Amino acid sequence: MVVDKIKKRETKNVNNKKSKIDIPIGKWVKCEACKEIIYKDFVRENLSICPNCGHYFRMHIGKRLELVIDEGTYKKFDLQIETTNPLGLEDYPKKLKALREKTGLEEAVACGTGKIKGEDVVICIMDSGFLMGSMGAVVGEKITYAIEQAIELKLPIIIFSVSGGARMQEGIISLMQMAKTSAALTKLDEAGLLYISVLTDPTYGGVTASFASLGDIILAEPGAMIGFAGQRVIEQTIGEQLPEGFQTAEFLLEHGFIDKIVERKDLKDTIHKLLILNKGGKT
Amino acid sequence: MKTEISAWEKVEIARNPNRKTALDYIENIFEDFIELHGDRGFRDDKAMVCGLARIENQNFTIIAEQKGRTTKENIERNFGMPNPESYRKAIRFMKQAEKFGRPVITFIDTKGAYPGIGAEERGQGEAIAKSMFEMAKLKVPVIAIVIGEGSSGGALAIAVANKVFMMENAIYSILSPEGYSSILWKDSSRYKEAAEKMKLTAKDLYDLNIIDKIIKEPKKITNENFKKITENIKKEIQSEIAKMSSLTKDEIVNDRYQKFRNIKCLKEIGEEENVIKK
Ligand SMILES: [Zn+2]
Repeated sequence: MVVDKIKKRETKNVNNKKSKIDIPIGKWVKCEACKEIIYKDFVRENLSICPNCGHYFRMHIGKRLELVIDEGTYKKFDLQIETTNPLGLEDYPKKLKALREKTGLEEAVACGTGKIKGEDVVICIMDSGFLMGSMGAVVGEKITYAIEQAIELKLPIIIFSVSGGARMQEGIISLMQMAKTSAALTKLDEAGLLYISVLTDPTYGGVTASFASLGDIILAEPGAMIGFAGQRVIEQTIGEQLPEGFQTAEFLLEHGFIDKIVERKDLKDTIHKLLILNKGGKT
Repeated sequence: MKTEISAWEKVEIARNPNRKTALDYIENIFEDFIELHGDRGFRDDKAMVCGLARIENQNFTIIAEQKGRTTKENIERNFGMPNPESYRKAIRFMKQAEKFGRPVITFIDTKGAYPGIGAEERGQGEAIAKSMFEMAKLKVPVIAIVIGEGSSGGALAIAVANKVFMMENAIYSILSPEGYSSILWKDSSRYKEAAEKMKLTAKDLYDLNIIDKIIKEPKKITNENFKKITENIKKEIQSEIAKMSSLTKDEIVNDRYQKFRNIKCLKEIGEEENVIKK
């Protein structure tokens, strides 16, 4: 269920690094769309969008919080959990520990409460920097807990997805998180609460096939790659090349699976507007 | 003499083209089975069979992933790999089951949801997500039976059940061992090792609390011993339905909810590693 497209991209990046060893590490970044070498700070100041061609770089949790949540209002849920390593893979716990230290992230998703232009929400943000945003038991539990908190606090919930799919290292336990998160959303639905799902590049596999596709409103960032099956798997299965623009946010909009494509600079305003417009008949 | 069958051997048994398919089970377990077709939106996808049937005076809704029993049938049924229409057909029958108060029995047997251009255009991810969502809400008892290959979201989409049964030599996993080894180890030749590692056998899944009952089967199913097997499944279905008959609608939903809510395998960060039973 993990996506080949992503793997391909990662290999591409590795190759780039090899061929451009003369670039000082850390200060510069190469845009994978226009191949331009850009000063990192220029990208950061530009909402992680390439100033040359407009390509969207993946956003880390911290930057994403800055983008959508009012300053100083984010309170994360205190959930200090990790996997018991159900398949007994030798290097998996070590890998997780190293990743936590390297990225400063607890896991592939951060959840808490915050305000969007003064409106209280529960917010979940995934991060591709942690095992490609894959969903194991921690991600499943945190998303489910956040949904339950939204019900408890009677708040709308907003989930920013970026994921390669279910996490292979936890096998069937990862698969079951799809059912767990989807079932939790039935309770949110019954409570009459709003769920806005925001799909960012890339969202695939078990995340697409569970909570990410179950929003009352589904938004996506321009050009984001979104799908169930990975592109290489599809190509191998059907034995032909995929059409131009296949599985982009624009493709999904055209086929009726998302409500709206929203530019990064407009995300906060758009979500705020939707929060207000969903407050029942009269505000 | 009985020897242990390895996980990889079970993968081969589960995939054997001569293995009994969902319709074989349905025809043997139930009476008056009538297949009903279509998702009312796009077409009738033959990778999924839906319909009504009964055991004695108890009516059921049947939802089943169906592999072909011949090459011709396999092509018609897309080798049991559902397109989104299959899941939307399943949802239609789940809702009718609730409307008329019938328990739902599902049969799981798929390599996975079909990875194709049309499947993506018609929202394969959304269809699977919605199927689990609707299934989680059902106010009638649901029993899922994994009879062959239960692979990935395409299998789980119709397995959000109060009770999950599994044939002793069936498999149920996040994806195929071949896919698993190539993604995790970047080496597709280690599929046998992957099969052993993945905990995809009925015994492993029972120990992990993912399934509730293992249905015994001999190493080779024949027409003769199949009667006995399906007779046993019929009794198990009747017994579980009888147990659930005393539950209210809300209790039925809650029972199913808690089953999936509690699938965690988690501990506090830093807590001693639990010893994993071999
Ligand atoms: Zn660029």
